[in-house]
Amino acid sequence: MATYTLMRSSLGLLHGLKCSFKSVGQIPYAGALTRSKVLQNARCYSVSHLSVQERIEQKRKAALTGGGQLRIAAQHKRGKLTARERLELLLDPDSFVEYDMFVEHRCSDFGMEADHNKYPGDSVVTGQGRINGRLVYVFSQDFTVFGGSLSGAHAQKICKIMDQAMMVGAPVIGLNDSGGARIQEGVESLAGYADIFLRNVMASGVVPQISLIMGPCAGGAVYSPALTDFTFMVKDTSYLFITGPDVVKSVTNEDVTQEELGGAKTHTTVSGVAHRAFENDIDALLNLRNFFNFLPLSNKDPAPVTECHDPRDRLVPGLDTIVPFESTKAYDMLDIVHGIVDEREFFEIMPNYAKNIVVGFARMNGRTVGIVGNQPKVASGCLDINSSVKGARFVRFCDAFNIPIITFVDVPGFLPGTAQEYGGIIRHGAKLLYAFAEATVPKITVITRKAYGGAYDVMSSKHLRGDVNYAWPSAEVAVMGAKGAVQIIFRGKENQAKAEAEYVEKFANPFPAAVRGFVDDIIQPSTTRKRICRDLEVLASKKQTNPWKKHANIPL
Amino acid sequence: QNKCLNRPVPFSFPQTFDKILIANRGEIACRVIKTCKKMGIKTVAVHSDVDSSAVHVKMADEAVCVGPAPTSKSYLNMDAIMNAVKQTGAQAVHPGYGFLSENKEFAKRLAAEGVTFIGPDTHAIQAMGDKIESKLIAKAAKVNTIPGFDGVVKDAEEAVKIAGEIGYPVMIKASAGGGGKGMRISWNDEETREGFRFSSQEAASSFGDDRLLIEKFIDNPRHIEIQVLADKHGNALWLNERECSIQRRNQKVVEEAPSTFLDPDTRRAMGEQAVSLAKAVKYSSAGTVEFLVDSQKNFYFLEMNTRLQVEHPITECITGLDLVHQMIRIAKGYKLQQKQSDIPINGWAIESRVYAEDPYKSFGLPSIGRLSQYQEPLNLPNVRVDSGIQEGSDISIYYDPMISKLVTYGKTREEALKKMEEALDNYVIRGVTHNIPLLREIIVHPRFVSGDISTKFLPEVYPDGFKGHMLTAGERRELLATAAALYVAAQLRSQKFLGDLSRQWELCVELDKGVHMLGVSRAGNNYTVEIDGEKVEVSGEWNLASALLPITINGKHRNLQCLLRTAAGEITLQYLGTSFKLRVLSKLAAYLSKHMPEKIPEDTSSILRSPMPGSVVAVSVKPGDNVAEGQEICVIEAMKMQNSMTAAKTAKVNSGQDISYLDLV
Repeated sequence: MATYTLMRSSLGLLHGLKCSFKSVGQIPYAGALTRSKVLQNARCYSVSHLSVQERIEQKRKAALTGGGQLRIAAQHKRGKLTARERLELLLDPDSFVEYDMFVEHRCSDFGMEADHNKYPGDSVVTGQGRINGRLVYVFSQDFTVFGGSLSGAHAQKICKIMDQAMMVGAPVIGLNDSGGARIQEGVESLAGYADIFLRNVMASGVVPQISLIMGPCAGGAVYSPALTDFTFMVKDTSYLFITGPDVVKSVTNEDVTQEELGGAKTHTTVSGVAHRAFENDIDALLNLRNFFNFLPLSNKDPAPVTECHDPRDRLVPGLDTIVPFESTKAYDMLDIVHGIVDEREFFEIMPNYAKNIVVGFARMNGRTVGIVGNQPKVASGCLDINSSVKGARFVRFCDAFNIPIITFVDVPGFLPGTAQEYGGIIRHGAKLLYAFAEATVPKITVITRKAYGGAYDVMSSKHLRGDVNYAWPSAEVAVMGAKGAVQIIFRGKENQAKAEAEYVEKFANPFPAAVRGFVDDIIQPSTTRKRICRDLEVLASKKQTNPWKKHANIPL
Repeated sequence: QNKCLNRPVPFSFPQTFDKILIANRGEIACRVIKTCKKMGIKTVAVHSDVDSSAVHVKMADEAVCVGPAPTSKSYLNMDAIMNAVKQTGAQAVHPGYGFLSENKEFAKRLAAEGVTFIGPDTHAIQAMGDKIESKLIAKAAKVNTIPGFDGVVKDAEEAVKIAGEIGYPVMIKASAGGGGKGMRISWNDEETREGFRFSSQEAASSFGDDRLLIEKFIDNPRHIEIQVLADKHGNALWLNERECSIQRRNQKVVEEAPSTFLDPDTRRAMGEQAVSLAKAVKYSSAGTVEFLVDSQKNFYFLEMNTRLQVEHPITECITGLDLVHQMIRIAKGYKLQQKQSDIPINGWAIESRVYAEDPYKSFGLPSIGRLSQYQEPLNLPNVRVDSGIQEGSDISIYYDPMISKLVTYGKTREEALKKMEEALDNYVIRGVTHNIPLLREIIVHPRFVSGDISTKFLPEVYPDGFKGHMLTAGERRELLATAAALYVAAQLRSQKFLGDLSRQWELCVELDKGVHMLGVSRAGNNYTVEIDGEKVEVSGEWNLASALLPITINGKHRNLQCLLRTAAGEITLQYLGTSFKLRVLSKLAAYLSKHMPEKIPEDTSSILRSPMPGSVVAVSVKPGDNVAEGQEICVIEAMKMQNSMTAAKTAKVNSGQDISYLDLV
């Protein structure tokens, strides 16, 4: 069995190499005829009669054209921008400082040592720049050079900026567009991947890491985005998979297209690998700029505060009527979120995956906050495997980067059934519980309606060190719904209807929790924004530390 | 400031009632409660379960739930309302308009319980409620009437026969009808048959009475109505006219008082006929006599509404009377305090009915949703808003989609219209589609401004349907400049920590397929935007959180609203009532966008989508049937209007999905 798994995984890796070989393989031939002109400059730099200054100029020029005009045109034809165009859009004008423009690959096999196979800067552009004035380290893989394949030099360039990003405390953004490993380099390329993986792990929780997949990303390469905090994709032009459709066909005999297997839709709705998808390169990069504004630069930085035009004491009258009278009727948790946060601006993470929980970033009085909310509109807002994992990862990101967490609770419990139990809802549900419990950032909780059973405990309850826990008048904090409870308490007895009414009277309201101090106050929904803004100011100086440990052991 | 806007009532009141129950919902219930409060009368609201947190319920002293959401089970549920009256000990009931307001059974049952019905006596309701009978009485009272068939039409074939005798065009309408429901115009035999079917169904569902009548249809008429007020002692007054010609599907959209069309003689003639009709049926309370007026100022009696009209506020504005106050006094048996000579025409009042509907689809198909943001323009003087909703309210399929009645007043018509422009621009409605774009266009249209209107106004002015405001070159520049300045203001805010802010921006703004290169320079909050060689100066506070965007463009004050602003540069602005989608990109992003792949939108012509939410009342096809383009597939009922859904192309019906209540088709 073990051998079989090994075989499969190595096959996967092999395919990573194979598919990259295809794309890389085409390039020298396809471009052979026209290349002479395009890369004349590149060839010239070995000619010794040129001065150093001239050679520098020529190499820089060659670096800026990447794989040459033809391949740039091909890249554009695919609806994709070039590595440098992307950086120009992502960063503030004239802020990009490039590193390692003169680095070349060191492969001497298969004719790779020839001058025409050397591109200054190789297949990635790296450096640092600013987004709205704030420092960021970036790498942008260049598909026009050997299909963006990863050579030892390519990896080394990425590692260099990652090391520096960690040292100075600035986020790393990777723009992925790569066919895979540089097959000509063999194990050196694999080593390069591992070097990057290691740095991804070391940087995790130190500086925010964001991956934007803007082309293929297959084989071993996928694990770098998977290790980063956020993975975004571009619709129709980006793919993420361990093995491509061909290998899938040969191994499992499934017929599947690239898009179905690893397109943006798959990963944002089915697998949960990607956190969001955007229409095209421009849309993605502009949104990424906007997203970046929410993030602190490192774990030493407090959550950023921007100028805010939305009054912090604004009342939200619509919230007083938003929770329907019948406790079985759904409403949209996003309406509550939009009403409360600054300027109705909410950057939702994974909006199409595990929709029964809503997570994302917003601001309160200008300060970034993380929002977690059960979504009654989908599956009654219950917690299941996917929503627990989605919530847990988000909560841990916020905690790692000092972003206060605001939780809106309307949860009828964990989803029952064999599918969930066999899938391990116990250990997956534990992740969300774990994440909320270990978080030491300011935690504010608002129970809008149901908070039933274990799910009540999980959702940032007072018992898990919630700093401020509010209940709306419509809140029902109880072990379970009235009907189920009465069936257990009064099993086989008559007068169930009366008992149910009594149970509702006793427990289907915020009082049992409020009299025990499990909620700090019962508040008028329309005042929620005002209260939270005030609490966040108070909690800005919150200091809480967990006991020393090498690292915690979250139930993975 | 005009008195009507505060709804004045004398400071001290003669004793009327201690407690009044309002058998209605929405804005009219709130309207009645307001006057009751001023008169020191306790109020009882009734409501359906979905309305339990509605504004009228909150405003009233007491509230009683009378049943589930469908009107037939709540607001039309006489038993439940009678119980509510008994339970709360209300001495009188104000029915508002619609629902039970013209239901003689209800009035009778109240009388039997010794409860006062605030409205006319049952015999007047009966006489005027039946279009056939009312026409006969009107004829007898020497009121001008329309030629037509004075009887009930039995079936579609008889309808065709009668129509032939009167001569096309004819109007088929419900005998018990009102408010445009159960009404169809027909130009040939085929339409007569179809119209007969629709009208009788609508009449049955709306009024529980499917009797229809037919009369000559007066082409291109104005719809002008006279407000009358009569007491129980044989005194009656006419309170001038209301011009209600701007209609879509026989429902009024914009009303004004007085009318630009009437001269004092015609006005008096109409007023006197209205009063003589009221006297003929021993009418008491407020009532409205509707007339059709042709281009020669010939007027014909249409019907009498034995209730408070939706558009009563404009009469209040120009006469200074509070009609609800008068109705309550009259119901208690007091005599009218005014004489005909006391009734003035002071200034001009305009009412726009703000509806939750999409004006781009047949001038308004109902839409539903939650009012995520809602702000009435009450900060402006001489503006009155009668509404029964607030931020967070739901507009549901169960009830009328009216959001509010926006009334503006001025010494002159011009002043009132100017105020209406401003009020519409300052009205913030988010979450539901609304008809402000259409209202904003109507009130500035040269034909409307000159008073050249008829009930055909909308189809004549917009023969291909309403398409929103058409921008002039200057307006286009203003809009582009505003979008660019707003974009820069937002960009600058996210760079607040940068010391030296950029002062020059090169932007590319896209507006309905037109692409413009703009240069923007900034000094403080003032932006200079250069568009195609023209300079536009835009300044404002640039509050990015506010729904309203008041700015000054080239010295002119404008109220815009920002409906959407995304990270990818999409900006949607409401400008002159209509919302415009723009995209602002940096020069670089705009240059690179030529490489972006084009996305093909989903082909939906083989899917039948209901243009509005509602319930399916009839399905005419089966799975496997072949349908031709234009063939009726099903009938949707929403907000009490029946709409036939037709196939968009020749095709075969594929799946037989169950269509149930509330399904979106």
